[in-house]
Amino acid sequence: MQEFDRSLRSNRRHLLIGLAGASFALVATSILARPALATPQSAQELLAKLVKGTPKAGRVTIKAPEIAENGNTVPLTLSVDSPMTATDYVKAVHVVTDGNPAPGVVSLHFGPLSGKAEAQIRVRLATTEHVIAVAEMSDGSLWTATREIKVTIGGCGG
Amino acid sequence: MASDVKPRIKAPETAKPGEVIEIKTLISHPMETGQRKDDKGQTIPRKIIKNFTCTYNGRPAFSADLEPAISANPFIAFYIKADQSGELQFTWTDDDGTVYKAEQKLTVG
Repeated sequence: MQEFDRSLRSNRRHLLIGLAGASFALVATSILARPALATPQSAQELLAKLVKGTPKAGRVTIKAPEIAENGNTVPLTLSVDSPMTATDYVKAVHVVTDGNPAPGVVSLHFGPLSGKAEAQIRVRLATTEHVIAVAEMSDGSLWTATREIKVTIGGCGG
Repeated sequence: MASDVKPRIKAPETAKPGEVIEIKTLISHPMETGQRKDDKGQTIPRKIIKNFTCTYNGRPAFSADLEPAISANPFIAFYIKADQSGELQFTWTDDDGTVYKAEQKLTVG
């Protein structure tokens, strides 16, 4: 009986080790098999291509619903605190995300004629993710804001 | 499909000098991402509007570079400072090079 117990225990141990290994392999393949998604890293890489320098937090506001029921059209309002005069204005606002199939969303170009550095767009979000906006000012300074938007139904098709 | 593409503009026709006015634009366009597949498993080719530009009497006022992450029927709202009477010109450039145009008169005074 004792002998049987021991062999059962060792079998169970082997079984558990085997299961752990198998599930690890499964997780690994499922990660590898997924289509390349934008990651926080690729979002930062794209931003590094779009603007030169490190943005400081502030001056940029991202207005969006906290929970977007439909990821196909999520309204985003981007605004930057700026007087928008001929010498002091916002040149551009770049928007990227970290969970869509590609990180790029939009680059908005403003000028002194804009009067107000604000624009509204509608975007697709595949999943709950961060939206990052970086504003490029006429004096070369960079400002940024990040916002997490929860998405119930993703909007990037199947 | 191209005939379905219809730009729409909503902007005031008159403004006071120096007034900042809101311009709303919408163009009916599928903004196909190139990520989706049809019933047969074939990838639907990408077709998006990649650029939108607004000029005010020929002067660049606002533009946007769009990516596939922009929803179908792209809606863009922005502002301009009305300083002279004239025309606002809007252009949307498609991936295939097609340019869609719209104009709107603006009287300042």
